[in-house]
Amino acid sequence: MNDLSGMPAAPTRYTTERPICVAVLAMGGQGGGVLSDWIVELAESQGWHAQSTSVPGVAQRTGSTVYYVEMLPPKDGRAPILSLMPAQGEVDVVLATELMEAGRSILRGLVTPDRSTLIASTHRLFAIAEKDKPGDAIADPAVVMEATEVAAKRVIAFDMESVAIKNGSVISACMFGALAASGTLPFPRESFEAVIKAGGRGIEPSLNAFRAAHDQTIAPPIVPASPVAKPAKRFAPLPDSVGRPDLDLLLTRIRTFPAPLQAMLYAGVKRVTDFQDPAYANEYLDRVTKLYELDKVHGGAVKNFALTATAAKYIAVAMAYDDVIRVAELKTRSHRYQRVLKENMVGEDQVVYTTEYMHPRLEETASTMPALLGRFMETHPGLFGWMFRKGRRVRSGTIHWFLVLYVLSALKPIRRTTLRHKRELMHLDSWLALASDHAAKNYDLAVEIIGARRLVKGYSDTHARGLSKFDRVIGAVPVLAGRDDGADWMRRLRDAALMDEDGIALDGALKTVATL
Amino acid sequence: MAERSFAREVLDLKLGDGDEFRGEGILAITKALLQSGVSYVGGYQGAPISHLMDVLADAKDVLDELGVHFENSASEAAAAAMLAASVHYPIRGAVTFKSPVGINVASDAIANLASGGVTGGALIIIGEDYGEGSSIMQERSHPYAMKSQVWLLDPRPNLPSIVKAVEDGFALSEASHTPVMLEVRIRACHVHGRFMTKDNKKPSFSLREALEKPRRDTERVVLPPASYLHEREKIEQRWPAAVKFIKENKLNEFFGPETGDVGIIVQGGFYNSVMRSLQQLGLADVYGETTVPIHVLNVTYPLVDDEVAAFAANKKAILMVEEGQPEFIEQAINTILRRRDIQTKLSGKDVLPMAGEYTPAVVTKGIKAFLEMYGKPLLGNAPPPPDASAVLADPKVKTLAKTVPPRPPGFCVGCPERPIFAAMKLMQQDLGEHNISADIGCHLFASLPPFNIGATTMGYGLGPASASAFNVKADKRPISILGDGGFWHNGLATSIGNAVFNKQDGVIMVVDNYYSAATGGQDIMSSRAAKAERSTNNTIVDAVKGIGVKWVRHIDRTYDVARMRDTLREALATKEAGPKVIVASSECMLNKQRRVKPLFQKSVRDGMRMVRERFGVDEDVCTGDHACIRLSGCPSLSVKQTDDPLKDDPVAAIDNNCVGCGNCGEVSEAAVLCPSFYRADIIHNPTWFDRFMSGLRRSVIGFLQRRREARRIAFAD
Repeated sequence: MNDLSGMPAAPTRYTTERPICVAVLAMGGQGGGVLSDWIVELAESQGWHAQSTSVPGVAQRTGSTVYYVEMLPPKDGRAPILSLMPAQGEVDVVLATELMEAGRSILRGLVTPDRSTLIASTHRLFAIAEKDKPGDAIADPAVVMEATEVAAKRVIAFDMESVAIKNGSVISACMFGALAASGTLPFPRESFEAVIKAGGRGIEPSLNAFRAAHDQTIAPPIVPASPVAKPAKRFAPLPDSVGRPDLDLLLTRIRTFPAPLQAMLYAGVKRVTDFQDPAYANEYLDRVTKLYELDKVHGGAVKNFALTATAAKYIAVAMAYDDVIRVAELKTRSHRYQRVLKENMVGEDQVVYTTEYMHPRLEETASTMPALLGRFMETHPGLFGWMFRKGRRVRSGTIHWFLVLYVLSALKPIRRTTLRHKRELMHLDSWLALASDHAAKNYDLAVEIIGARRLVKGYSDTHARGLSKFDRVIGAVPVLAGRDDGADWMRRLRDAALMDEDGIALDGALKTVATL
Repeated sequence: MAERSFAREVLDLKLGDGDEFRGEGILAITKALLQSGVSYVGGYQGAPISHLMDVLADAKDVLDELGVHFENSASEAAAAAMLAASVHYPIRGAVTFKSPVGINVASDAIANLASGGVTGGALIIIGEDYGEGSSIMQERSHPYAMKSQVWLLDPRPNLPSIVKAVEDGFALSEASHTPVMLEVRIRACHVHGRFMTKDNKKPSFSLREALEKPRRDTERVVLPPASYLHEREKIEQRWPAAVKFIKENKLNEFFGPETGDVGIIVQGGFYNSVMRSLQQLGLADVYGETTVPIHVLNVTYPLVDDEVAAFAANKKAILMVEEGQPEFIEQAINTILRRRDIQTKLSGKDVLPMAGEYTPAVVTKGIKAFLEMYGKPLLGNAPPPPDASAVLADPKVKTLAKTVPPRPPGFCVGCPERPIFAAMKLMQQDLGEHNISADIGCHLFASLPPFNIGATTMGYGLGPASASAFNVKADKRPISILGDGGFWHNGLATSIGNAVFNKQDGVIMVVDNYYSAATGGQDIMSSRAAKAERSTNNTIVDAVKGIGVKWVRHIDRTYDVARMRDTLREALATKEAGPKVIVASSECMLNKQRRVKPLFQKSVRDGMRMVRERFGVDEDVCTGDHACIRLSGCPSLSVKQTDDPLKDDPVAAIDNNCVGCGNCGEVSEAAVLCPSFYRADIIHNPTWFDRFMSGLRRSVIGFLQRRREARRIAFAD
């Protein structure tokens, strides 16, 4: 915005000033615009010239966007000429409203060690590519944190989203607070707060969030909470006794296993007991014990009894399968109601009702019947099909519908007689048999055969798809049995099966295996 | 209503002599129009010029006071045709749209307008959507100026220059009887800056006068022999007049020393970039001082040959900085130099890339390469330009490149279009993949994960038209998509009418979300809101029936996924000939929330009984297959790692942005996914009866729960 005379300006000595350059990386709808507006108002309130621009376009719809601000005081009445695009290596402050966006700012070359202060919130908003895989595709935050160390001159990173929520505000207020505390802009803290106060709605919450983030930037916690890909699993300590002979017996049996295995065994026993009863948990331990015996014979000791450890986990998962009875019970437990209150932040003075979206098909219902009746229903869909055409909206907060679920859950005692149970056990035992057969020849492969059970999950169609993937992976065992790298291939097959819904990656992997 | 209110911006339009405007570039243009005594304004919304339309739509009082007529044109063609009012009358008019897509649509009207020429100033403001964040094909608007002989302004990207360009544009248009295009790039439209305002000017000649004392002149009608005269007139009178005006009024600018071995010619819009690059090379400072002479083309068509020649003469070499392809200006300058036998070397696309956005790094690299060839001494004390290559080469950053996931745009939280495509995906799971022709609008996001639906997009409102070749006997019918915006823009005649007339045996899904949503939620004919100054509530169903479609189904709640899927199946199976049109209606959630949320919160504050719906996932029921996400992609339906030692994969989780649209439940029901989803109805300010019933139910349920838990044999959690 310099003079418009069009005449060449009188040659003077060049000024060496350069503008302060600030880039804001945000996702559409995250308030990146508000933040850059605040920064502009701040600079202008201090008599500086500020220019902001952006290219929201379609990215306004949840995509990632960059807002760019440059600021510099005018000189002898002349306004600075400011750039409309961030230049690699020229950005002084990068504000990223989410961890992967911080990573993106580095990849765009906006963060350089000679100049850039990176202010980032470490919380995650998962991208669709991280969410839509059947397995675990969540990006590793540690990779970003490590890159920030090499890329940035200074890093200010903490979970600003939770700070914002704690103060009933939005992340932009926290970023503004961290910016103020970073000292990267030559303006006093009061001028930052003044900008917020001049704003329209939610001034108090914004100020609180601003101050909280400011303080945390000035005085970070002694042990900085760096984001981790996976939180630790919750293993309950093995109690000496719970005061019930049948349960204590289970505990005693668990103690007969090597100490490192006991935590997982206890988790398994808990799940299976909860699913059915202590007797069922004993069956669980019987199965694990069988494999443990094999394990000892085939030198599992040097491999930390990997076979038993894996079995302890997946046998429990397999035995505590998800049937109608199980779902009905989980949906009607009191701690579930407590969780609903908590998750939805239901206040004292509010009332909440839950509606369950259920669509039991003939298959599910038949399989919950005693085997004979179940098979009859399956073979006569004409007779029963009509009952299961549409989904059921179960208003589980009402007495009537609660009772329906409650009665379903009370079918536990007959579970062992159901068609589903028979099928699950058949599948379970043939699977374990297969693993056992290979324990001797190819220990590692046996472990992976057990691990392949990870593929079986979900309900109805999803469950069927999981089973078929499992079968296809298991189908490769004969080919792999003789190979030293058979286990590695087995693992690759499993990972491939978790990469997409239709098993395209798995098909590819299987083709490769076929060529071995 | 648009996505946001522009009440505050409207105040800026009222600023007068000596006031300072501070705000967005596109709003500065809006103010400049009023300062220039414009009589009428039209246009079609789209990034980056939507705000011009939005603020005028909210500025009725200002416009009435000045007697300015503002119209939300049905399309860019309608907008351009509006400029016909300036053909016979000394009336200033302006229209605006996104470019080049807008000009593609408007070119028929622009060509006719340009042929006959204008009496009053006619300004076409085009928001150039090129480069990062662009949603359209990467082309230039420049050739439209060349082919129709309309003039093209490309001012320096600061508010005073842009505002001046508007005023100059009208004057130039009148001086040369030619429409003028004002090109503003997306960053310049959204740039925040400041300029000193003037009072708004009432038009000297009103539209009313024109209507009451009509004029006509067959010479201005595009018919032989007039059309032949028009072409001559363009070349022999209007062009020279324009060049004379540009020269005399110094529309183009010169900076830096009078003389020098080398010089740079730049499109006005890239002046700031060039200055920053020179600064990086130690040849300029941030306040506009420069060692290298710069010739700024605020008018990029036509060129003023004398100015270019004078600038080039007695220089060793000049560089043309011109973004986009082909390099029209560079070619023209070469012609000028050759004709005058000026031996100055001309660089351009030899040192700068032919295609792609001119980012600071690109421009600096190009200028450096140019100076390496012709001005080496200048680079003598050049500091090393800023550079990130070292960081980008670091192994840790290379690993990062594999880690950071792409973040494509997608449907908003609770978007009513999501269930439509979920239903389509479910249908395809049963009946196999179909040939699906997409259209322009938010619904085009369906072509991205998780839906991956839509094979082509041929233009706004052309979805069904782009499927017309597939009107042959086959075991599968073609499916095409059309948004309500595209429907009224072009689709009704070009797509639906075309399908009816040619008995297109396909399925057409019309996505009706009550707004032109992708461009910012502007109202359209079928919007449901009652507007005093517009006619809304003209239903799409009536329109398609009126144009002759026999098979029409209206689904007035898109979230009914099962019904959506079954209706699709019906449309694909029916014996009925001709197009099968499904109109799927539900309000754009972004706009709905803006409308409803404040009301809801107010009612709650006022103590009224209000029910808020939210969805949740029972994490102990969820098995982490994520099938629900593959049928949704809702930002608020996410995943979370679980500490359950028996679970390997993250489970689904719904965050607090959930608006309870119902898609999750409907999908899991229709697709028979899993029972993990639940809907929580949270009653604010419950009545005594609510409390009583809830108390009763809780006590009975609580009793049963205690009873069962007492009997359950299990380890404590």
